Amino acid sequence: MRLSRRQRARIFEAVARALLGTAAALVVGVAGFLLLYIAFRGIPGLSWEFLTDVPRNRGREGGIFPALVGTLYVVFGTGVLTVPLGILGGVYLSEYAPRSPSTRFIRLAVANMAGVPSIVYGLFGLAAFVLAAGIGRSVLAASLTLTCMTLPVVITATEEALRQIPADLRHAALALGASRLRTVWTVVLPAAAPGIVTGIVLGLARAAGETAPILFTGAVFQMRRLPDGPGSQFMALPYHIYTQVTSVPNWNRDLVWGTAFILVATVSAASALAAVWRSFKRRRTAW
Amino acid sequence: MTHGRPLTVARSNGRTAIRRAAEAVATGFIRVSGWTAIVVLAAIAVFLAWNSVRALREVGVGPIMVGTEWYPTSHPGKFGAAPLIVGSLLVTSIALVLCVPVGLAAAVFLSEFATRRIKEAAKAVIEFMAAIPSVVYGLVGVALVVPAVKSVFGLDSGLTALSGGIVLGIMALPTVVSISEDALHAVPSSLRHASLALGNTRWQTTYKVTIPAASSGIFAAVMLGVGRAIGETMAVLMLTGNAAVMPRTVLESVRTMTGTIAAEMGEVVQGGLHYSVLFVVGLVLFAVTFAINLAADVVLEKQRKRWGA
Repeated sequence: MRLSRRQRARIFEAVARALLGTAAALVVGVAGFLLLYIAFRGIPGLSWEFLTDVPRNRGREGGIFPALVGTLYVVFGTGVLTVPLGILGGVYLSEYAPRSPSTRFIRLAVANMAGVPSIVYGLFGLAAFVLAAGIGRSVLAASLTLTCMTLPVVITATEEALRQIPADLRHAALALGASRLRTVWTVVLPAAAPGIVTGIVLGLARAAGETAPILFTGAVFQMRRLPDGPGSQFMALPYHIYTQVTSVPNWNRDLVWGTAFILVATVSAASALAAVWRSFKRRRTAW
Repeated sequence: MTHGRPLTVARSNGRTAIRRAAEAVATGFIRVSGWTAIVVLAAIAVFLAWNSVRALREVGVGPIMVGTEWYPTSHPGKFGAAPLIVGSLLVTSIALVLCVPVGLAAAVFLSEFATRRIKEAAKAVIEFMAAIPSVVYGLVGVALVVPAVKSVFGLDSGLTALSGGIVLGIMALPTVVSISEDALHAVPSSLRHASLALGNTRWQTTYKVTIPAASSGIFAAVMLGVGRAIGETMAVLMLTGNAAVMPRTVLESVRTMTGTIAAEMGEVVQGGLHYSVLFVVGLVLFAVTFAINLAADVVLEKQRKRWGA
């Protein structure tokens, strides 16, 4: 049987479509499986006691309350530091930076910062904040370290959100006599808020799940009390999972998976809410 | 009335002056914070290098990079990091072999064949995958991949380079898929339309026109996937068994550069030789990922200029 050129092309088309579709289905399938598997393993360990009790018997019993609070502290600290710096950095790149080699250089640095391995941030945090600056292992040192990691995310998100605001808006404000800064502050930034907020939430969600940067900057294996200030050491959810699996013999499967579920559920719920909110806002603004 | 006028002018002049000063200060702040990224990046390099000095002086670059014996706690300590470097490369290669073909094929499908709704849904799911913390990937690996590798190959322990590589490949998928999908998406439709109008099928258009046009972006996607994999710490630390010896097969335990830093930094004397050697390992990681990211960024910029997106 001889096939015409067109028939052959049609067969190739069908085969390619099937193979590529399978690959896409595989990727989506893996993601879906992970979601279901984490929920399936994690939900049995959940209880009110689990969320509000301190860990007992090296974490095999009791709850994760100090780790929950510790992670919240560190994320809060990271947010306080990252949000102003990141927004200002993004504003600079979008509204002030000249089209010059130095700006290109800054953009390269931002892109590169996002690719630095998290363990290298951990080393940097240890050398710079814990030791050289004399802060010691603490919530503050960990927050500073995670800030360095989260900054590029917020800078990039801010810059991109600002870029999508049409120049007309800026021109209108400037024509009314507003200064450049006032234009940015009262017109451009509010209009870009949905995109910026989404970027901040994504960045902080990632920071909440990071283990390597907090390994040497303040996370501890177990604490019965809560951290009492920025100078205190802390427990954290991701670090708790790591230490349970690697250094507690017969770790309690239900409790560790419960911790993982809490972490994944919070992180992805926050990201999803932010994304939904952004698309809702976008649909309502027409330009 | 007569003197009211000059008074208001004077007052508004004062206000303007204050406002101008405030504006100048705020603008100064913005300009300074624009440079934060460069400052942080430079600070990382300086701190890593400064803490590496002792090891570089006492052990030397050569013995660290090519030495095959890593016994940091013996007396005197042996700091040959070659097994760690090989371990990182091995695990990363396994991850790439698994994730690049699947990731690229998925990206091509989503960009060129899928309907808009499927594409949006798939992208959301893939974003979820990217948001899972690496320690949770490690946990999933411990629960599923390690026992599977152990029983399939009949090993004593499933903590092998292969287990780490498999999980790392899954972790790098979102990066590879979303960046190469962006690159394909950035190719102007006019190119596709021209090819279709000449009688090519969709697949012919894709592999003759779209993929070549997006090739630099796809290359960048793979590079960033490599960067992600080589710098990943927690999952490999939990899955590869961490034996610091030269691996001969993928079914042996390996220790990566990232895993070594994470596992040993907690127990060293601050300022000691071992501490300093770990900073050298960190410096190597930093330099490698820096080079990879730089290459990816330069290539992406070229692509951006070409298609003017």
